[in-house]
Amino acid sequence: MMGVRTILGQWRSTAKEVWDRTLIVAKFLCVLHVTNTYICTPTLVYGPSMLPTLNLTGDVILAERISTRLGKVGPGDIVLVRSPENPRKTVSKRVMGMEGDRVTFLVDPKKSDRCRTIVGDNVYASRDSRHFGPVPCGLIQAKVFFRIWPPEGFGSLRQGE
Amino acid sequence: MGNASFLWNAMTKSITGGLIALTISDRYASIVSVHGLSMYPTFNSSTNTFLGSLSDDYVLVEKFCLANYKFTDGDVIVFRSPNNHKEKHIKRIIAMPGDWIKVPHSYDMLKIPEGHCWVEGDNSASSLDSRSFGPVPLGLVQGRVTHIVWPPQRVGQVRRSIPEGRFSL
Repeated sequence: MMGVRTILGQWRSTAKEVWDRTLIVAKFLCVLHVTNTYICTPTLVYGPSMLPTLNLTGDVILAERISTRLGKVGPGDIVLVRSPENPRKTVSKRVMGMEGDRVTFLVDPKKSDRCRTIVGDNVYASRDSRHFGPVPCGLIQAKVFFRIWPPEGFGSLRQGE
Repeated sequence: MGNASFLWNAMTKSITGGLIALTISDRYASIVSVHGLSMYPTFNSSTNTFLGSLSDDYVLVEKFCLANYKFTDGDVIVFRSPNNHKEKHIKRIIAMPGDWIKVPHSYDMLKIPEGHCWVEGDNSASSLDSRSFGPVPLGLVQGRVTHIVWPPQRVGQVRRSIPEGRFSL
């Protein structure tokens, strides 16, 4: 006959197992979060603004976060940037050199030395620094370096290739 | 032999604990210390210079607001400086996108562009804020300050408030 103590014992062992499993999942999610935020993250990018480098219908690319955290992002790099017009959108663009059009900004780009001008490869279908000016380095989230999907495009996306 | 496995155990446990703490502080809430007097008297209102940085206020910064970037006038936010992405500032939002704000020391009215906000410190006399570097893109915001957690005599909620005399439509 099942006494109260046996039922309690079973409940306790089940609860312990549930707790252990939950802890393993939580640890895994934490590792995933830290990897995606500080090291490298896969992203789906789509849209016409980076044609022909990136496809219209969507590419899965790998973007690394270490260079952006150190500020080592230079001309020619493809970067993921949080849009200055809508913070909920992350866009992919290419970094241009600091020289460029002479436009008057509220903040002098020479004084905020942490500004980058970003332009889409497809200049006809891209909203970029020609519309909203140079963006602060703090908005640059990651640097794209590799494409993993579609398979025809598998390979490095580094500057010059 | 026992020492090596004890050390290994301790190391893995502390790495795991560190990862969990980092995730929580990135996604949910974290505690940061406030340096400087730009938000006097909301933060650091004890002007006891003898203790120096020991008397800095510690505040709770919540990150749930970053899911939708829904802020309102009067929120105190933590954001990355537009001039130096390694620095973070704490200021109060005075105007949101679409609002018009009067530019100090001039007769201009400036419209806050889409996706930006105008921030100012509560202590206008000694605050480096939007009056110097212009509207701040909301993408630079790292969190919203909700409570002061140290020192104990000032523990409490940080209220939303617009300072007097900032006429914004």
